[in-house]
Amino acid sequence: MAPIRLSEILVGAFMALGFVALFFLAMRVSNLSMASVDEGYTLTAKFDNIGSLRVRAPVSMAGVRLGRVEAIDFDQETFQALVTLRIEDRYDQIPNDTFANIYTAGLLGEQYVGLDPGGSPDPLRNGDRIEFTQSALVLEQMIGQFLLSKAEEGGE
Amino acid sequence: MLLDSLANLGRLGLAILASLGRAHLLLLGILSGLPAMLARPRLLLAQIYNLGVLSLLIILVSGLFVGMVLSLQGHYVLSQFGAAESLGVMVAASLVRELGPVVTALLFAGRAGSALTAEIGLMKATEQLSGLEMMAVDPVKRVLTPRFFAGLISMPLLAAMFSAVGVIGGWFVGVGLLGVDDGAFWGQMQNKIDFNEDLVNGVIKSLVFGLVVTWIALYEGYDATPTSAGVSRATTRTVVQSALAILGLDFILTALMFGA
Amino acid sequence: MASAQSEHTAASQTAKDRLAIADDQALVRVRGLRFCHGQRCIFDGIDLDIQRGRVTAIMGPSGTGKTTLLKLISGQLPADAGSIEVDGHEIQSLSRAALYQLRTRMGMLFQSGALLTDLSVFENVAFPLREHAKLSDSILRKLVLIKLEAVGLRGAAALMPSQLSGGMARRVALARAIALDPMMIMYDEPFTGQDPISMGVLVSLIRQLNDASGLTSIVVSHDVRETASIADYLYIIANGQIMAQGTPQQVAANESAWVRQFMDGEPDGPVHYHYPAQALEQDLLQGLRR
Repeated sequence: MAPIRLSEILVGAFMALGFVALFFLAMRVSNLSMASVDEGYTLTAKFDNIGSLRVRAPVSMAGVRLGRVEAIDFDQETFQALVTLRIEDRYDQIPNDTFANIYTAGLLGEQYVGLDPGGSPDPLRNGDRIEFTQSALVLEQMIGQFLLSKAEEGGE
Repeated sequence: MLLDSLANLGRLGLAILASLGRAHLLLLGILSGLPAMLARPRLLLAQIYNLGVLSLLIILVSGLFVGMVLSLQGHYVLSQFGAAESLGVMVAASLVRELGPVVTALLFAGRAGSALTAEIGLMKATEQLSGLEMMAVDPVKRVLTPRFFAGLISMPLLAAMFSAVGVIGGWFVGVGLLGVDDGAFWGQMQNKIDFNEDLVNGVIKSLVFGLVVTWIALYEGYDATPTSAGVSRATTRTVVQSALAILGLDFILTALMFGA
Repeated sequence: MASAQSEHTAASQTAKDRLAIADDQALVRVRGLRFCHGQRCIFDGIDLDIQRGRVTAIMGPSGTGKTTLLKLISGQLPADAGSIEVDGHEIQSLSRAALYQLRTRMGMLFQSGALLTDLSVFENVAFPLREHAKLSDSILRKLVLIKLEAVGLRGAAALMPSQLSGGMARRVALARAIALDPMMIMYDEPFTGQDPISMGVLVSLIRQLNDASGLTSIVVSHDVRETASIADYLYIIANGQIMAQGTPQQVAANESAWVRQFMDGEPDGPVHYHYPAQALEQDLLQGLRR
């Protein structure tokens, strides 16, 4: 039909470039590439105290990221925090006696869930619960305990 | 004396209200031209070329340099806290949330908004708009509607390009020149920048700015006194009002999106 | 002098013939028109008729609202009072759609030409056809070229409006105005700022188009000689009133001092050369004292 004009080609290129930029921002800059909800399997863990752990915090073992925190709920019966972890499918050999800790990245950094492997031959499956957990270290409690023990030493 | 100044104040207030009313009626007229415009995508295409493609150079170059400067300044501050690895987060968050939409909108108002006002104002001054009306063609639907939607489409795309180029500029300075770890730069960025929270909100912002800037530009041109002095005043008003509207709206939108 | 006299009588003969031929039905009928701009009334109770098939000229000094009258007739401006009927339709009370429908049958030639600057000459003339008539490309092309040929600018089809002289731009605009074969064309100051040659071209074009295609023409102008030479009927408007009307001969024979000054172009008369001011001596002395 009508000849294609240069301006039309340029508009096409402009639109394409715009969407490439949006795609780049979505996949490379934001967490969209990791946010896919259906990927991976979920585990739950109960903690006495999760400190300032947030949804989307990393879940790692031996310093390698395996997944992220998907949800944080409160258990009305045990008064514990119920944390749901989403682990990528390829990491399917995590022993079922693995130990879940809440660590802090650096002295003042954000908190994340660190997994320490157990020795069981059976791996954790989708929906399983991690039995062994350790709460977050709360700085005030640590200082409080430290002072208490010092006072006890002094008393003796 | 006092009565006079009171009367003047009242007249000014009424004039502002009337102007606001005309602007909204114009917007309605523009929107009602959408079906007619969809039947002729070429008109829209030509305007995306005028508003988007021709703004590309200034947007890309500004984005690159803004990203580079952000990286330099951010590195200076962050390295004092031993947190230089967070440079990527800082650069990307500033760009995607604020600087991308806002600076792009300001540049867009200066480059494309003023051109729109001048074009429409001159079309009015040279009777081209009356001419269209006499040919039984609605100038609002025929001339303003394609320009309006072209602005609405171009703005978010330009803002996305600005941010993307800015992140790349920041990466170049941070990783390439200042020696921040490449993995940390991207990894921390991906961890902290949320798709819905940050990116989608940024795009919404730039859509709103695109609407407001194009609307102001078209209204000022259409409402201009059809003389050379009138068109020049209208062009100035477009840039000033757009800038104020962008910054004011940015505060409101930021408070709504990230405040709670 | 004598030859001019005989030309005059010949012209009056043909004009009378035309008057006899035309039926009494007016295409445009204006009654009691009032239009005010703030405190100042541009028209205050004007009655006029535009007869079908004729060239009617509306003349008057600059600033008397001649262009405004055209805008009122075409419904671009609302009147404050009175009625304007075009082809039996009351313009004031027409719906927007009906008004647009009516406008496709009216052409208007603007002072500046009002060509769309981003389209070529060809596309400008094709514009109303593309908007209002669904034509195949080949028919459209033929029609546009015929219209351009009628104004003698077929060769300029590929040019952009910025490359045209003022006179050529006006002729292109004329081709565009007749593209839809309207019943009526309104000319807004068609002769202003034209060199003698393009003025002559426009004068004969307006007459030719009117007679050849059975148009009705309204010419708004203050160029007395050119306008009187092609008009069948003249209205002279000033101060919101009709000062004189009639065939060019009747108006030329009008004894009123004001009409004489306007028609003959005298610098001083009922309309003073000087803008109202205090006496020159007083003004000069005042400057000294200050």
